[in-house]
Amino acid sequence: MGILSVKDVNKNFGGLRALSHVNLDVEEGTVHAIIGPNGAGKSTLLNCFVGRLEPDSGSVTFADRSLLGIRPYQINQIGIARVFQTPEIFADLTLIDNVMIPAFAKRDGDFKVNMWRSVANERGVHDKAMAMLEDVGLDMKADQIAGQLSRGDKRRLELAMCLVQEPKLLLLDEPTAGMARADTNNTIDLLKQISRRGITMVVIEHDMHVVFSLADKISVLAQGTVIVEDVPEKIKGNPKVQEAYLGGAHL
Amino acid sequence: MVKAFKRHSDTILMLVFIAAVLAGPVILEPVGAGYPDLLQKFAIYGIFALGFNILLGLTGYLSFGHAAFLGVGSYTTVWTFKLLSMNPLPALVFSILAAGLFSLLIGWISLRRTGIYFSILTLAFAQMCYNLAYSVLTPITNGETGLQLSQSDPRVLDTAFGRDYGAVLPASDLFGIEMTGYPGFYFCGVLLIICFYIALRIFRSPFGLMLLGVKSNQNRMNYTGLNTRPYALAAFVISGMYAGLAGGLLAVTDPLAGAERMQWTASGEVVLMTILGGAGTLLGPVIGAGVIKYAENIFSAFNEGTLQSAFSFLPEPLQHIAVSITGLFVGEGWHLTLGMLFMVIVIFLPGGLMEGVNRIINLFRRSSGGGGEGTAETAPQPAE
Repeated sequence: MGILSVKDVNKNFGGLRALSHVNLDVEEGTVHAIIGPNGAGKSTLLNCFVGRLEPDSGSVTFADRSLLGIRPYQINQIGIARVFQTPEIFADLTLIDNVMIPAFAKRDGDFKVNMWRSVANERGVHDKAMAMLEDVGLDMKADQIAGQLSRGDKRRLELAMCLVQEPKLLLLDEPTAGMARADTNNTIDLLKQISRRGITMVVIEHDMHVVFSLADKISVLAQGTVIVEDVPEKIKGNPKVQEAYLGGAHL
Repeated sequence: MVKAFKRHSDTILMLVFIAAVLAGPVILEPVGAGYPDLLQKFAIYGIFALGFNILLGLTGYLSFGHAAFLGVGSYTTVWTFKLLSMNPLPALVFSILAAGLFSLLIGWISLRRTGIYFSILTLAFAQMCYNLAYSVLTPITNGETGLQLSQSDPRVLDTAFGRDYGAVLPASDLFGIEMTGYPGFYFCGVLLIICFYIALRIFRSPFGLMLLGVKSNQNRMNYTGLNTRPYALAAFVISGMYAGLAGGLLAVTDPLAGAERMQWTASGEVVLMTILGGAGTLLGPVIGAGVIKYAENIFSAFNEGTLQSAFSFLPEPLQHIAVSITGLFVGEGWHLTLGMLFMVIVIFLPGGLMEGVNRIINLFRRSSGGGGEGTAETAPQPAE
């Protein structure tokens, strides 16, 4: 059984069936992509992993621990970090502060009143955050205000904020949405590096180029159910996928 | 050397602040504010605004009910005077604790909502406290008259130590030093310095950084493994305790507590002070408090007589018009001046007076040119 395991998950919004009997098994250390046409339920599924949505039935477990009924901050504390479709960063703080906050969260837990310590004396946390910024190529901009960054840079910053926590599982919601080709390729390289560190990743993506360069395994979601789960080479030629995803057109 | 200077910039800021407070009577003499009653007010409202800024400036939560904690502080101090001792220290300790407990309760409920809903909740609570103090709680607050000392108060500790105030109403004193006039100001001033130091430490701490995170993006905070509610609540309680201390000091320098201290206008005043000075800056709120209390003092003291003599150089009909127009902005109507001042600041200097100070410093740096770069870099940053 994989590190993240989804069993028979159902979710309805009113009369709309968003997820129906979804099963998913993510192996530790792999990159697992979830693809599917718009409205297939990809984001709904992701939201069930992080405590934003509660499935109507079924189970979601991470390293044998149920993720249902606990709050987003608790899910993060057990080692799951999330990158959003629109980068969620601290727009009016500096880059280094942006990365130090998650580093403190990793060290001090979900709440700690350490008002007598000085951030300036926290060399360990500072150096770790700085090294992380260097990894994503933003160390030269450490003292800039994050809101002024380009969209691509904001995404790299958000990645740094997640990675500084050394998560066991990284969830990425369309990590290259709205990016120029060059930026997309940079991001793919960066994500490959992250994967090599042994961090398990679940990626939701529209861009097939990204999916096929990254994923070890792909689940295709259509109308709320997983229709195929296989390695990338076999997904390409699968007629069911072409039917659901492209309405029968050839890839 | 530049680096060393930067590292010590907080120490320099602190030393400058201490010097400015202690030399307050001398510095403010030329503008006619060098007398103890007004200086006490500067210090006390400085503490109030400093605490309020820990909530508004760091977490971004705008409370419209902090006057409730000011009032709780005042009532607690007067009651401690009546029951225990005229020494301000136990009274202030109890005031801070009472306001802390009170803010814990109100904050715990109000922080279930954010933005305007949070503001409305705090406003509603403060108005409830105000009305309770006026009516139902009269046995504790003495209603409309206000809570006062009386000769027949028990003052258990004072009696135990053989302290007898005779046939006059006692004044608060710190081991024999009466808390009026300059000693009163210096007592408040030292507490202001301590409060400023605590605020500085909070601003520079990981805890302070987390509060900034709460202000900036709560969603990201949650997905970063941080529980935002207790952070906001901690900031709320700390600012409530500052307000309790300020309320206590108001009663120490003038042993009287009335319900009007809890009215919404008092809550609004501390919002104005903080924003006028510069929310989120360390010095801003203290300066804002000083400016507002100074303006109140100046403009509310004007009357028709002073205006007439000010415009006496004009021919009679013009003098009459000038007096009747400016008359609207002074005396009872000084709030009109305050409102205009506030509008001007918010429109032209959204960052408050501290933004103005910073702009002037930057202008000065630019005009001093390349040669001055090194020194400009090392100038202490008042905005921080």
